[in-house]
Amino acid sequence: MSAPVKNWTKPVRAALIAFSCLATVGATGPSSTSGGADPSLRLISVSQYRNILQSVFGADVLPKVRFAPVKRTDGLLAVGSSAAVVTPGVLDPLDSAARAVAERVVDPLHRDTLIPCKPASASSADEACAQRFLSRVGLMLYRRPMTQQELTEKVMLAGKAAARSKDFYSGLATALSSMLVSPNFLFIRENAEVDPARPGQWRLDGYSKASRLSFFLWDSAPDAELLTAASRGDLHTPEGLKRQVERMTASPLLTRGARAFFTDFLALEAYDNVAKDPVIYPAFTQKVAQDAREQILRTIEDHLITRGEDYRDLFTTRRIMLSAPLAGIYGTPLLAGPSEWKPFDLPADSPRAGLLTQIGFLAQYAHPGRSSPTRRGKGIREVLLCQHVPDPPPNVDFSIVEDPNAHFSTARQRLVAHNTDPTCRGCHMMTDPIGLGLEKFDGAGQFRATEKGAAIDTSGNLDGAAFTDAIGLGRALRDNPTLKSCISNRLYAFGVGRPLTEQESEVVEQFPAVLDKSGYRFKDMLRLVIFSPSFFAIKPQKGPAMALLTEQNHAH
Amino acid sequence: MLIKSKDATRRGLLKGILRGGAVAMALPLLDIFLDDHGTAMAATGDPLPTRFGTWFWGLGVDHEIFTPKTVGANFDLPPQMAALEKVKQHINVFTNFNVLTDGKPNLCHFSGWVALRCGAAPGARGELPAESLDVPIAAAMGGGVRFRSLNMAATGVPRDSYSFLSGDAINPPEVSVVELYQKLFGAEFQDPNSSNFTPDPRVLLRQSALSSVKDEAKAFENMLGAIDRQRLDQYFTSVRELEKRVELQLQKPPPAPACVMPKAPAADLPIGLDIELVTERHKAMTDLLVMALACNQTRVFNMVFSDSFSALVRKGSERTHHILTHEEPIDPATQVQPHASWFVERSMEAWAYFVEALAKVPEGDGTLLDHSLVYAHSDCEFAKVHSLDGVPMFTAGKLGGKVKTGMHIDGNGDPGTRLGYTVQRLMGVPIDSWGNQSLKTSREIGEIVA
Repeated sequence: MSAPVKNWTKPVRAALIAFSCLATVGATGPSSTSGGADPSLRLISVSQYRNILQSVFGADVLPKVRFAPVKRTDGLLAVGSSAAVVTPGVLDPLDSAARAVAERVVDPLHRDTLIPCKPASASSADEACAQRFLSRVGLMLYRRPMTQQELTEKVMLAGKAAARSKDFYSGLATALSSMLVSPNFLFIRENAEVDPARPGQWRLDGYSKASRLSFFLWDSAPDAELLTAASRGDLHTPEGLKRQVERMTASPLLTRGARAFFTDFLALEAYDNVAKDPVIYPAFTQKVAQDAREQILRTIEDHLITRGEDYRDLFTTRRIMLSAPLAGIYGTPLLAGPSEWKPFDLPADSPRAGLLTQIGFLAQYAHPGRSSPTRRGKGIREVLLCQHVPDPPPNVDFSIVEDPNAHFSTARQRLVAHNTDPTCRGCHMMTDPIGLGLEKFDGAGQFRATEKGAAIDTSGNLDGAAFTDAIGLGRALRDNPTLKSCISNRLYAFGVGRPLTEQESEVVEQFPAVLDKSGYRFKDMLRLVIFSPSFFAIKPQKGPAMALLTEQNHAH
Repeated sequence: MLIKSKDATRRGLLKGILRGGAVAMALPLLDIFLDDHGTAMAATGDPLPTRFGTWFWGLGVDHEIFTPKTVGANFDLPPQMAALEKVKQHINVFTNFNVLTDGKPNLCHFSGWVALRCGAAPGARGELPAESLDVPIAAAMGGGVRFRSLNMAATGVPRDSYSFLSGDAINPPEVSVVELYQKLFGAEFQDPNSSNFTPDPRVLLRQSALSSVKDEAKAFENMLGAIDRQRLDQYFTSVRELEKRVELQLQKPPPAPACVMPKAPAADLPIGLDIELVTERHKAMTDLLVMALACNQTRVFNMVFSDSFSALVRKGSERTHHILTHEEPIDPATQVQPHASWFVERSMEAWAYFVEALAKVPEGDGTLLDHSLVYAHSDCEFAKVHSLDGVPMFTAGKLGGKVKTGMHIDGNGDPGTRLGYTVQRLMGVPIDSWGNQSLKTSREIGEIVA
């Protein structure tokens, strides 16, 4: 073990002790100054955008908005967001959405509830009312109080626009629409400041810490209480931080954070384009595809949040969430109404148990018209175990598979033949022995006992753990040590929203040692991430302090 | 009254709007838009606008039934190109041009298109070493239209774009026909041939909103490190693009005789890669694009018919185009994978549809296509082995007489970047070489330059 790891191990353990026995957290960071990252600049995600607008203005002002895809980096879109660039094609739909939201907020239907004051005259500017509305909205959208200058400029903009249009509300909408495309809203910018408690060292300012926490735990901007805590400097004290984290992890909004993490981690955005051949898989309709994705999230929500179970058991649990359209494909009794979700315990003799046997996973990692053990194996390796499966070589010899006289009935026969080629074998041995364990489920995730009349052999092994069927594969995955380091790593990276520093990787390596004892309960994992000494650590910044937002120039 | 000066127009509008209402200016529709030669706008003497676009299809071709036996003009059309018969006089086909990777791996279905778009072979999957050539071309062509470029993916998949600034800055495609229509011909569209020009009074409010955003961005930038400043610069550029679009809304658009506002699509097509569906989406997007060009909404476009790992599929078949390229035996008699080849033929039909759609729109002394240049290519030649030798490429259009068409050019193994270089030079990009390492070239393909 290298020296820095030793330096970091103790605080990680301390963090666990802190959250598990409610003692004071030693979260002031490591004594070494070598750790820490630079403050990040992340592009907001579509779900964050929607969640913020919904909490500020309500669901009925939300327009349909399409965010351009960002590059998946280190397995996460959240990490890619820290390098994402706003090209004209990215900004276009955001600009349209901004205007649509602003118009709805000020329309006669909404203005009385969403605007806290009435102008003296609806046909001219009203500085006081505009200021009241814009400063309140600005606090939520920018995740900090607007500076005096920012607020003055927006109030002036609203005033000029009101004079021009002879409409107070039109003026207000103009100012609001500009805030909704402002970099202060669209980018989550972290701000570093000199740490007064530790000479020569830097820290994230309170509002940046608040945003870190709320985007991580709630997939949205900080609420009023968290912003107040930030303004008071509470988040710089272990007690203050702990109080907020406990409040936030106890909130129903935690579900949103969990959904955001697992949507990203499991690459569920791919569902937007999952379609199956209607002739081969007539039961797999668009509604089924949507519900399959939702089933994964609801099962996770039920397992991790509602019931507080261990993450690893997600791969063996027989409890699933079920909707009416899915019941048909699962061959289970219809328990739920048309748009209802109900928990269901798969019977002991069911061939299914665990996340890998949900049709969502099975259909995502398959072709439109057939299953794919290679894709499923690759999905398990790359997504759930954070491993890299190399690209195939360009000149692959498929001559054996292509032999028209061979008459392969099953995927295993095809792949075994293919893998007699040593150049193919290397990588396929990483994926196929796992994926073949799921072959009793077709490309749409439906159970089948045979393929083209031939029996299906689902035996295999995962990194030395032998299994005979999909349920055994789930058990082998549940007990695979890499499953634990992978979720630790991804959850931490999702929390900071950028690639991990070397020191952070060393910190995260320590997580399983701690979680093995407590269990991989979601809230415990979150606390371990947040209270780890590296989570808020900032590298000393060069030169004079950047133009910092200080309490003095904040507008109140 | 025909107001020619931009300033006069804007001042007039400002006055009108400040008086509290919109100004409706009745402008006479000119009977004759073009000069006597049909080569320039009569009103301004400006040459007819030129356009540039790209068209992409995945998984290459079958050499034996694609490559013409003869080179130069009057080349033969082998079976895989049969669909191009009716547009043959409008296109050039380029074979035997190679993508060289200088020891970097051939990243299947990636290295080829990346090199042909940006002049450099990637070192790893996901890496885009330089900006795609449509970006400098759009910059060289300047503004004056609502959209600097228009990206579309007939696959309906939001990640299918071959236009980019870098790996972190992809120009996202339009994936929905309804959304594409709204973007082009929705509320902000101003019919260039309308006799009434009524600028929306909200345009001025929008201008002040964007101006305020720019002020914020400047203050914001001061808080950032060097790399993030570059990212913010791009954001700033994007805001400027919006501003320019808004400015255009204050001006009476120049007349566009072939512009006819299309009908709004009733509903979007379902998602999925069934080839019938993708073909239908491609046609719908192409028709909207052609009208967008005729109506001067954009001058640069990128169309993706299928992606480089194409999972286009025939209803009822369990094997996608990509699976077929690897699993289907080669017929010894024809040296072709018949089912995989079927998809290539459909791709060529789509390409023919695209070229013909541009050629159907009359413009000046010719057609829209005659004033355009389209650069089309795939990601490899023979997908089964991912060959980077002989990646098929096309051009379509004469670019206002600057390009000769109707030819088959044999590249003799030269770098495929020669075409990208030629295309950029023709479009006025001020470069004297393009590409790096073995892909670097300063040799135009002179045979097609008029």
